[in-house]
Amino acid sequence: MPESSFLCLGAGAGQDVGRSCILVSIAGKNVMLDCGMHMGYNDDRRFPDFSYITQNGRLTDFLDCVIISHFHLDHCGALPYFSEMVGYDGPIYMTHPTKAICPILLEDYRKITVDKKGEINFFTSQMIKDCMKKVVAVHLHQTVQVDEELEIKAYYAGHVLGAAMFQIKVGCESVVYTGDYNMTPDRHLGAAWIDKCRPDLLISESTYATTIRDSKRCRERDFLKKVHETVERGGKVLIPVFALGRAQELCILLETFWERMNLKAPIYFSTGLTEKANHYYKLFITWTNQKIRKTFVQRNMFEFKHIKAFDRAFADNPGPMVVFATPGMLHAGQSLQIFKKWAGNEKNMVIMPGYCVQGTVGHKILSGQRKLEMEGRQILEVKMQVEYMSFSAHADAKGIMQLIRQAEPRNVLLVHGEAKKMEFLKQKIEQEFHVSCYMPANGETTTIFTNPSIPVDISLGLLKRETALGLLPDVRKPQLMHGTLILKDNSFRLVSPEQALKELGLTEHQLRFTCRVHIQDPRKEHETVLRVYNHLKGVLKDYSVQHLPDGSITVESILIQATAHSEDQGTKVLLVSWTYQDEELGSYLTSLLKKGLPQSTP
Amino acid sequence: MAAHLKKRVYEEFTKVVQQQHEDLSAKKLRLTKPSKSAALHVDLCKATSPADALQYLLQFARKPVEVESVEGVVRILLEHYYKENDASVRLKIASLLGLLSKTAGFSPDCIVDDAINTLQNEKSHQVLAQLLDTLLVIGTKLTENPSVRMRLVEVACKHLTDSSHGVRNKCLQLIGCLGPVEKGAAKEVESQAARDVQKIIGDHFNDQDPRVRTAAIKAMLQLHERGLKLQQAIYSQACKLLADDYEQVRSAAVQLIWVLSQLYPESIVPIPSSNEEIRLVDDAFGKICHMVSDGSWVVRVQAAKLLGSMQQVSSHFLEQTLDKKLMSDLRRKRTAHERAKELYSSGEFSSGRKWGDDAPKEEIDTGAVNLIESGACGAFVHGLEDEMYEVRIAAVEALCMLAQSSPSFAEKCLDFLVDMFNDEIEEVRLQSIHTMRKISNNITLREDQLDTVLAVLEDSSRDIREALHELLCCTNVSTKEGIHLALVELLKNLTKYPTDRESIWKCLKFLGSRHPTLVLPLVPELLSTHPFFDTPEPDMDDPAYIAVLVLIFNAAKSCPTMPALFSDHTFRHYAYLRDSLSHLVPPLRLPGRKLVSSPVSPSIVPHEDPSQQFLHQSLERVYNLQHLDPQGIQELLEFTIRDLQRLGELQSELAGMADFTATYLQCQLLLTKALQEKLWNVAAPLYLKQNALASAAAKQILEETYKMEFMYSGVESRQVVIIHHMRLQAKALQLIVTARTTRGAEPLFGMCEKFLQEVDSFQRCFISELPHMQGSFVDKLLDLMPRLVTSKPSEVVKILQTTLRQSTFLHLPLPQQLHRATANIIEPTGESDNPLRFTSGLVVALDVDATLEHVQDPQGTVKVQVLYPDGQAQIIHPKPADFRNPGPGRHRLITQVYLSHTAWTEPCQIEVQLLLAYNSNRSKASAKMPKSTWSESLETLPQPENGIEGTIPFSKPVKVFIMPKPARR
Repeated sequence: MPESSFLCLGAGAGQDVGRSCILVSIAGKNVMLDCGMHMGYNDDRRFPDFSYITQNGRLTDFLDCVIISHFHLDHCGALPYFSEMVGYDGPIYMTHPTKAICPILLEDYRKITVDKKGEINFFTSQMIKDCMKKVVAVHLHQTVQVDEELEIKAYYAGHVLGAAMFQIKVGCESVVYTGDYNMTPDRHLGAAWIDKCRPDLLISESTYATTIRDSKRCRERDFLKKVHETVERGGKVLIPVFALGRAQELCILLETFWERMNLKAPIYFSTGLTEKANHYYKLFITWTNQKIRKTFVQRNMFEFKHIKAFDRAFADNPGPMVVFATPGMLHAGQSLQIFKKWAGNEKNMVIMPGYCVQGTVGHKILSGQRKLEMEGRQILEVKMQVEYMSFSAHADAKGIMQLIRQAEPRNVLLVHGEAKKMEFLKQKIEQEFHVSCYMPANGETTTIFTNPSIPVDISLGLLKRETALGLLPDVRKPQLMHGTLILKDNSFRLVSPEQALKELGLTEHQLRFTCRVHIQDPRKEHETVLRVYNHLKGVLKDYSVQHLPDGSITVESILIQATAHSEDQGTKVLLVSWTYQDEELGSYLTSLLKKGLPQSTP
Repeated sequence: MAAHLKKRVYEEFTKVVQQQHEDLSAKKLRLTKPSKSAALHVDLCKATSPADALQYLLQFARKPVEVESVEGVVRILLEHYYKENDASVRLKIASLLGLLSKTAGFSPDCIVDDAINTLQNEKSHQVLAQLLDTLLVIGTKLTENPSVRMRLVEVACKHLTDSSHGVRNKCLQLIGCLGPVEKGAAKEVESQAARDVQKIIGDHFNDQDPRVRTAAIKAMLQLHERGLKLQQAIYSQACKLLADDYEQVRSAAVQLIWVLSQLYPESIVPIPSSNEEIRLVDDAFGKICHMVSDGSWVVRVQAAKLLGSMQQVSSHFLEQTLDKKLMSDLRRKRTAHERAKELYSSGEFSSGRKWGDDAPKEEIDTGAVNLIESGACGAFVHGLEDEMYEVRIAAVEALCMLAQSSPSFAEKCLDFLVDMFNDEIEEVRLQSIHTMRKISNNITLREDQLDTVLAVLEDSSRDIREALHELLCCTNVSTKEGIHLALVELLKNLTKYPTDRESIWKCLKFLGSRHPTLVLPLVPELLSTHPFFDTPEPDMDDPAYIAVLVLIFNAAKSCPTMPALFSDHTFRHYAYLRDSLSHLVPPLRLPGRKLVSSPVSPSIVPHEDPSQQFLHQSLERVYNLQHLDPQGIQELLEFTIRDLQRLGELQSELAGMADFTATYLQCQLLLTKALQEKLWNVAAPLYLKQNALASAAAKQILEETYKMEFMYSGVESRQVVIIHHMRLQAKALQLIVTARTTRGAEPLFGMCEKFLQEVDSFQRCFISELPHMQGSFVDKLLDLMPRLVTSKPSEVVKILQTTLRQSTFLHLPLPQQLHRATANIIEPTGESDNPLRFTSGLVVALDVDATLEHVQDPQGTVKVQVLYPDGQAQIIHPKPADFRNPGPGRHRLITQVYLSHTAWTEPCQIEVQLLLAYNSNRSKASAKMPKSTWSESLETLPQPENGIEGTIPFSKPVKVFIMPKPARR
């Protein structure tokens, strides 16, 4: 039984959040999935270790393609470094929205690292552009043929605009890589969906491996209620957000709520990055959820009516307002400035929509600190209300299980999560689906054995002929078929024997089996023959049994002749002869005859 | 052969002619047409190539074929079928055979054999499938013939082994539609098909083609629909199909499982991989719940819908559907709903959430967490969160149905329904509000839930707000804070959307009357009274103040201690509101207070019984009219009419009845006036004024009778007779007046004829009611009928005149319930001074919003009329979708009317009015069947005479200022 293997190499993802980079070797093809960076490091460790892939030799020769699942930096941040600085010239695949938004984020990231922090030896704007030239954009459910054997196909993944899961297929072996995905729809994106593709391996993220989340509606309602109440009593609401993804969801949420409730208070959005990205959100309507897709004919939901661009001066305006500002953790920039201005008034409110890293202002106020020390020994007293509202777009444990149920993989591999949590999920998966589950660490290689089916070409004539013989073909049962297997030029063909003979230039040899059966029968030969004939006729009702005038019997193509034994006249010798094609029937007949004839009835 | 065929064609042709002799008038036209079959035959013979033949057939298929020639056509088609080599032409012929056998009145008995024979030598799978389809058509037309059905089923069974999915598909369909349902019949017929059809179909559940699998399940469902009891053994097979790769198979399988769960709810099935056993309905419920998280939304919708109708399921299974154990980092977490409930029960209200407030507490056993439950866990949680709104709506509907049958479930699902009020799609929100209303008698809202519900009051969609008001009308609130909260939010709503006034008042009326004890402690605060100081008197015209009063007065109705808390001006305001908004303010017993100053003091306000009595008494009085002198009659009638009209204004419940009677008496009054004796003795040409008066009276009576007949709902046939009788009298009067004013008998002749015809049809329509009409006009008229028919017009008129004057006044029996159709245009209000400007020649849309009460079938009858200042009137039929039905007997018309006109020099007013269209045909048809109401039964026998169509205005006209400007160049 042939076995082929997947080589899965966690160059960066493994049991860790951030820096996704997975190498898959499938049937001799090497594919790199995602090329992320780690936000926590500022040295070499931020990028995956590409030297791991090939010790010597060019990456382009080794890798067949690179696939990027979505535009978050922990999934695409190292791409320019990888392609331009390390050197890779092969194709890079991503979806259209990812291709559009990815360079914006990379450029922003570059600016912060190089211009603000003053680092050198980092990729340049030109490198980002050059890198993007290598990108091939794919559509949802479009099968892209990378080369003759390797094909990839994208599925919708939710999470952020343009996020996709990829199916990688070589011959009949396939891997599905989920990237980050979300199984519950939100205000602007739908839920991840995959068909029953039954891959050999499913590589799934597992950020929330041990969490089952509450309904989104409660959270949304809480959020809206809080904003609404604050605005009604004349307070200002500050929502620090990361530029892309959640910000759009919250915008849509507030926009529709304003529309529904006829509210008039202004909503502002801090300019820059997000505004640019919003254009793309407007363009890629097909990637959004049902509501936005259905209503965009009347109005594109991303053309906000109530949300306007923010100007620094607006922060001092009297009256209620809602402001979205970056960055999300309140550690610097516009959001911090506005926070300082508004913190003193108890009518105001700040809503933290995401997780905050320790040490940031966001983390401090969330943990209940009311007096903050700012630079310059200033003490800032926080009187405004502080709320936490989590809006995460990853699948929870239930979602992951649901996806596994949809795809029906033969093996599951968990990445992008914490080891302890993954352990729990692994156990669950093995228990529920009875498939093996792996969770490699960084740099670890997992080999999975598959049981590939080998396709064989069969000529239509032969197929029709053979199926016509038996009953209706049934997918669930294997079916016997006669033919000749020709192995030629690395391909298999099943042809009829005649054709095979013709192709090979051979002449056909007849193979006949002959068997003698002794029967005790004192009667005359022709009477014996008659008895045998009657007996067979009685037993083999479905076959054509004929008594030929020359004293022999044919059953289909099997010939039976009876002669008296040369020594003992009471023993008759039955000669049974059949070709090898009729082996089954022939051996059955002999065994039947060996049992002897039934007692004759007078 | 051809000659033989032609002969048959001509035979048939002559047959047609013969029939025409029998019924000459109806079939005159067909004489000139050549027979269809002949023409087809000629065409097909002419066809040189298959493409040509196909063209002829296509052309032929466009025209209908008469019943008589169907058989001939079929024979010709069959003839060509055998000759034809091209599969596509045979396919078309096969489909034509099916079409032809559908012809109404044609019995396909005679072609069954031929049709079955064609199957024998057919090689093309497509044609075979089409032929089987034809057989199906034939079979469905011959359902009463078991032997034909048997044969067809047998044929189908034979072809089940075909290699093409299309053929197998059709075979299964045929077996499903025609397979024997009764056990007995199957035994009698000794044939292959007598085998169990269920088994045959069941074998194909495992077919290799998903389309065939689907067809097999559908066939099974079809058998079920036709009344065959499916075997329980199928259940396990169907369960396997739920995991099929193809969505249409899964979708059908879900249906099949549902059917089986309804058939064998109580049988026991084992749970695989354990020794336990559960009821089949529970098992099926669990399986269908599982399908709510299927990959295909079609299946999800199907599953969610079916869940609603599984009412026998055990309650713990049911409650699991709302259960989703939350966890975070392997520790059990409480849901937001649970937290809200806890906050509520612990007495403190939400303090605003801190980060980590929802931090998970208990550790959970990793082994015990089931991530994909086999049971029903969280099915509705998933369904309600689905990405497709179709699924969400289906889930909400299912919740509604299940909650209606199980109060405990209703209590549990409340949180989820309340959450749905914030859905992004308005339809879903609306649906969940309606659902909540439907289950509202089972539930009591907690304060935090009420809070969420009330937040929706600010929605900008009027439909949502009104649905919510409707919901609040029948909600139970648990605390006085809840009531206060509701009131505050409703008042906020009122200031934001003043047009909601009526709806909010009505809502508060019910809120008050449902919770008198909760309102009681709030009264001093609401009325802002103070134990020592007098507070300023609130403004009586303030809608918000009226709203508060409506709440309090309705609560006071069943809470006698409440009026003690009122201050002086409250009593005065009560009196005022009781009179001006009598439908919202109930009568109160106010102890120790004599409110003589009020126009209708509570002591005088008649209760329902006395006022009804009054109505009947006044009618009694009127029925003794005969004995009075004409002057007396008139006076009595006038007084009674006045009384009744006033009564209608005061007692809204009796308004319909009072108005109806008043109108009737009005008619009688007019008739009496017109027939005053002394005036008629004057020579006709000399007394023009009398003629004018009489003809005007006749015209008005006619109008009023139409109003009586069509504007009231609940009119029974007894009333209809009397109304028609009145109309007949009016027509008689018209005839007399015409006879007096016109010279020459020529025009009279036709009129008399027509009148007599009407009397005749009256007699035919109301033959059963005639015995009750002793001494009436028509009674006498029918006695004289033989004379009338033979006499001259002038004599007829004379007879009519005397009969009319001698006839007695008919008593009008009152039905149980009688409501007058009313319409009230809410928008446009007609108060705006700003003209609606638009460029002449272009169109402007005017929003019209109106409430309709007691209008039956508003989609068909209500029209909008726009009257321009130049007298031009335009009648607009609103779309059926513009009508909404917020409650029984009530309708809401929200539509847009497009206006256009040529340029005007200055703004001018147009009138917008609602009309009720009627058609007298319908009433007559319904009068024939005393049981049915007048609105239905359009399809009854066609009336010989033309029905009179007309419209009745039934709303006050509203004036709208418009200004078409000349177009700028």
